[in-house]
Amino acid sequence: MAGEVILRVEHLTKHFGGVTAVARVSFQVQRGEFVGLIGPNGSGKTTLINLITGFVRPSSGRISFKAKDITGKAPYSIAQLGIARTFQMARALHKLPAYKNLIVPLYSRRVKQFTGGRYGERDDIAIDLLDDLGFERDSSVPYKAAGSLPHGYLKRLDLARCMALRPELLILDELFSGMSMSEVAATLPIIEKLHREGLTIIMAEHRLKELFRVANRVIVLNFGQKIADGSPLEAMGQEEVQKAYLGTEVED
Amino acid sequence: MQAAGKYRKERIDRGIKARSDTIYVLSTYSDMLYLFLPRFLPLAALLSIPLFLGGGYWGKVLFYSCVFALLALSWDLMASVGLVSLGQALFFGVGSYVAGGLNHYLNWPIFLTVPAATLGGALLCTILVVPVLRLRGVYFSMVTLILPLLFSHLIETLEILGGTHGLLSLSPFPSHWLATYLAALSVGVVLFGFRRLMNEDFGMVLRGIKDDDRVVMAGAINVHWYKAQAVFLAGMVGSFAGALMTHYYQFVGRSAFALDYTILPLAAAVLGGPGSFAGATLGAFILVPLSEALRALGGLRIALYGVILIGALVLLPEGVFHYLERKYHQFEREVEI
Repeated sequence: MAGEVILRVEHLTKHFGGVTAVARVSFQVQRGEFVGLIGPNGSGKTTLINLITGFVRPSSGRISFKAKDITGKAPYSIAQLGIARTFQMARALHKLPAYKNLIVPLYSRRVKQFTGGRYGERDDIAIDLLDDLGFERDSSVPYKAAGSLPHGYLKRLDLARCMALRPELLILDELFSGMSMSEVAATLPIIEKLHREGLTIIMAEHRLKELFRVANRVIVLNFGQKIADGSPLEAMGQEEVQKAYLGTEVED
Repeated sequence: MQAAGKYRKERIDRGIKARSDTIYVLSTYSDMLYLFLPRFLPLAALLSIPLFLGGGYWGKVLFYSCVFALLALSWDLMASVGLVSLGQALFFGVGSYVAGGLNHYLNWPIFLTVPAATLGGALLCTILVVPVLRLRGVYFSMVTLILPLLFSHLIETLEILGGTHGLLSLSPFPSHWLATYLAALSVGVVLFGFRRLMNEDFGMVLRGIKDDDRVVMAGAINVHWYKAQAVFLAGMVGSFAGALMTHYYQFVGRSAFALDYTILPLAAAVLGGPGSFAGATLGAFILVPLSEALRALGGLRIALYGVILIGALVLLPEGVFHYLERKYHQFEREVEI
């Protein structure tokens, strides 16, 4: 159903002590959109993601997903509804083998009914998902402890964990940071493909060139406030956005 | 500096594991025995040793060892979910008093009190522990340490459940053999059951919670619900141990909440190596007989016991079981350098 508002954020505010990390941010995301979330370091992108996914409770404001109020809900019940997120720092279950990391979402109530009919079925699904993301099933990589994998693999493992949830809204928190050029080049088409298949994606990213290739709309944050919202060309053309970016990125 | 004839030890893993933790390629009987024997032999020993010891002093020690092994297994399950408990005495005491109370006040026979104490005790303990499951690390441990003390003092000051005298002349087990074999079999069932459980998908979720609970939350898993289930399972095993001991002694008193039932299982799990369940069991079967054997030394017993414990922890920080496991899975040979 095109045009359906999947995520609605209204006047969302978060104070940490005296610091306002997110200030009265409002926006809507329609099903099937690919929204880029950009802004200089410390502009509140990760906090906004943590607010939407329930990892941080908002000071005020309202978040609804598929017309259902999810403000202040626990992270697991938000994930249960179909919002999956990656972590900026590529969190993983380090002691488990990489493919066993995916057992956790596959065992959740959201996905359990579709998986695990036969002994070891979830293992097979996990290995299939990882294989798609460049963990070759016949190599030793998917079976190694996640903690022993290089950073780029952990980022993709995080993405695979989201895919295991069969999400309706995927939120990527700087997926490409710390990835090599070749890893980015390999991962970008996967994300494009997910979007083409109808997945709604919000992507916080510093690598603007890659982001603008896939995103049809960007939201720009600065000091916790939304300063622009529109197509990448429009948004980057605004004076305030250029100031925010040039003021912090070029410091010769 | 490189003198001829210098050797170093080279360690090679036995090439039996193929591809992953769940898939084995077994071709020969020796390969199968290699995997089968370390599981079968301890179980066979556990079930045959009571025959040699009989109902005497060392027979009793064996029974105690089984009870403490159950408590250590209970501790290890909680630790596998990242809950470091200092309150196995809570499970033990609640199980003891539920069994003792049902037997004393309602005259329930032993074959009802033990299952009732196992389930009822576990439920009671879970209800008590659930509100503090949100606490992390040492804060959780502190609360579990306080709970058994609280019960002990409640019983003393309110003069309930027999007060300081405890509940006396409860039903004994029909025979020593039944008690011993019930305890020994339960150790086997719980040991292999828990090991199996932690390798199932359910166990992966539990292990994940210990590793990084935020990742597990992001996977649409209600972390508190899974922690509560783990506490219930651990509570069942701990309460069952308490119920066994109650009927074995034919008595239950405030001592059921004593610190011994917290410290010894913890020491057993750490000595044997936590996280494998086999380590916790092995630790209990080392520590309990050891502390009995040292009884002849009188006052020096506790001191020597402490020295042995510290020595073992310093020399084998990974735990006795993990050391043995590693040795079993590796060839060692001397290579010239």
